[in-house]
Amino acid sequence: MKSPLPHPDDDTSPGVPGFSTWVGVYLFVFAFFVLVVVLLAIFSRCLA
Amino acid sequence: MNSLDWIILLVTMVGIAIYGAWHTRHTDHLDTYMKASKTTKWGTIGISVMATQASAITFLSIPGQGFESGVGFVQNYFGLPLALIIVCAVFLPIYRKLGVYTAYEFLGKRFDAKTRLLGAGLFLLQRGLAAGVTIYAPAIILATVLDWRLDLTIIGTGLLVIVYTVTGGSEAVNLTQKWQMGIIFLGMITAFLILLARLPQGLGLGGALHVAGAMGKLQAVDFSTDPARRYTLWTGLLGGLFLSLSYFGTDQSQVQRYIGGAALREGRLGLMFNALFKIPMQFFILLLGALLFVFYQFQPAPVFYNRVEWQQHAAGSKGATFRAIDERNDALNQAKREKIEAWLAARNSGDLAEPAARAAMLEAAAASEKLREEARAALVKADPRAQTKDSDYVFIGFILEQIPHGVIGLLIAVMIAAALGSKAGELNALGTTTTIDLWRQFRPLAAHDEARNVRAAKWFTAFWGIIAIGFALFAGFSENLIEAINIIGSIFYGVVLGIFLVAFFLKQVGGTAVFWAAVISQSVIFALYLLRHAFPALDISYLWYNLIGCAACVILGLVLQVALDGASQSKGRPA
Repeated sequence: MKSPLPHPDDDTSPGVPGFSTWVGVYLFVFAFFVLVVVLLAIFSRCLA
Repeated sequence: MNSLDWIILLVTMVGIAIYGAWHTRHTDHLDTYMKASKTTKWGTIGISVMATQASAITFLSIPGQGFESGVGFVQNYFGLPLALIIVCAVFLPIYRKLGVYTAYEFLGKRFDAKTRLLGAGLFLLQRGLAAGVTIYAPAIILATVLDWRLDLTIIGTGLLVIVYTVTGGSEAVNLTQKWQMGIIFLGMITAFLILLARLPQGLGLGGALHVAGAMGKLQAVDFSTDPARRYTLWTGLLGGLFLSLSYFGTDQSQVQRYIGGAALREGRLGLMFNALFKIPMQFFILLLGALLFVFYQFQPAPVFYNRVEWQQHAAGSKGATFRAIDERNDALNQAKREKIEAWLAARNSGDLAEPAARAAMLEAAAASEKLREEARAALVKADPRAQTKDSDYVFIGFILEQIPHGVIGLLIAVMIAAALGSKAGELNALGTTTTIDLWRQFRPLAAHDEARNVRAAKWFTAFWGIIAIGFALFAGFSENLIEAINIIGSIFYGVVLGIFLVAFFLKQVGGTAVFWAAVISQSVIFALYLLRHAFPALDISYLWYNLIGCAACVILGLVLQVALDGASQSKGRPA
């Protein structure tokens, strides 16, 4: 059977100011997640 | 609750239910009933995804979790943003391209009918069980608040949600969830502000955080590699990733929320909205629980927070034991409060005696905790069937005792709104999956009769609502409720995710191999769970079931496919 993975052409523009591709949106979300985890780790250390 | 609370509660709850049912009363098209309106925007999808996941348990049990074990539970959600990125990039475009109603339809197209039935069957089993827990949670609140019978409360709340979910399907679910989430955000922020205002004068948020931290309630990130520890950075990242990937990518109650919508973009942005805000939101609710813990260090805290159960025994034939525990609790609370105040004074003045004051405070806290264990043992001795887990009652107890009238009604509405929102999403998905993946399979001629399909979906939605009510009535829940629902999910999710990962990424594996790999892997997970007490080595964090189930299914699928290919080649070989 043909692979069901989407072809890059299926992708659409995110239409979010400052982001021209979905990869950019995903990287932003990932960076925000890393920032949140780091802040939580600092929070734990400071208040333990 | 007084009449003002009742007015706010009833107007909010019944109003939203009637609004949802009325606006969607003419939902006769299969697409709208199962995928909601084609014009749905990303904000509605994002809120709907969040509301389906955030059940009453979220707002009832998570503050209790924060109170009991601290904010470390937030690590359970660390895999979620990563999982949502994968769902957006891989799962969602395929579902939309194929135009499926359920995630399991995709399995039928990729593999065969038996694998589709297995995927749908595992979903129906685990979500049907979990639906019982989500109906049980708010019923506890109402039973406590109104002193009603728990069974009648379960039936009443269950029937309310069945009415508008059956009437308007996915469209009604989306519509009502938007309003319900509005009530939830408003209520939780109000509760947080009131809690801050109720803290002792001079303590403030900073002081309260220091007390909570010193008492071990603020360890949000745990780097331990001990596999027996439930919540660590690693269980969250790995186990949580697989749990979230399975939940958002393959659980129909979530898939149904985002496969509709105006365009692929709307579903993706709705999911990214959740990827950004879920961890901060859960942390906020856990922090509320940790601050409740601090609040009760300065108040006459009960030894057991399910006050109704405790008072029943205190008034019974063995009441002397319970009253004696209460008296000791009062004395220990007083001593502990003095020790905390002494530590705060030493800390604020930079006194060298601060470490000794901290040790004395922790010793007093340990003595209080020991008495709580003694209280639980006394309950079990008096009644072996007694519910000894009281953390779910901490927040509701605070609401009823400390919050002004009017706001009590609003916060009870928060719980019920959350319950109805998530329950509606679940019932909608259970009804849709039963119709599309089971009923249609056995009645293929009915597939073209749209009105008949909608009627069948309505009947199946009602059927699952009644099953959930039955499960909630007869099951006993020994774990904290939020954990119970995650444990049920983790037992099934890993294997289901394994089937989907094989479908997406391993095109050489066929239906028969993945089907038997899934059956064997699910049996292994059941064995791990059931034998965990008999063999301590098997007693691992339930989050690992997601990873083990998924990995076993993928690896076994590959191995079985190689074996099947080998067998067919040897059959075809000339003798």
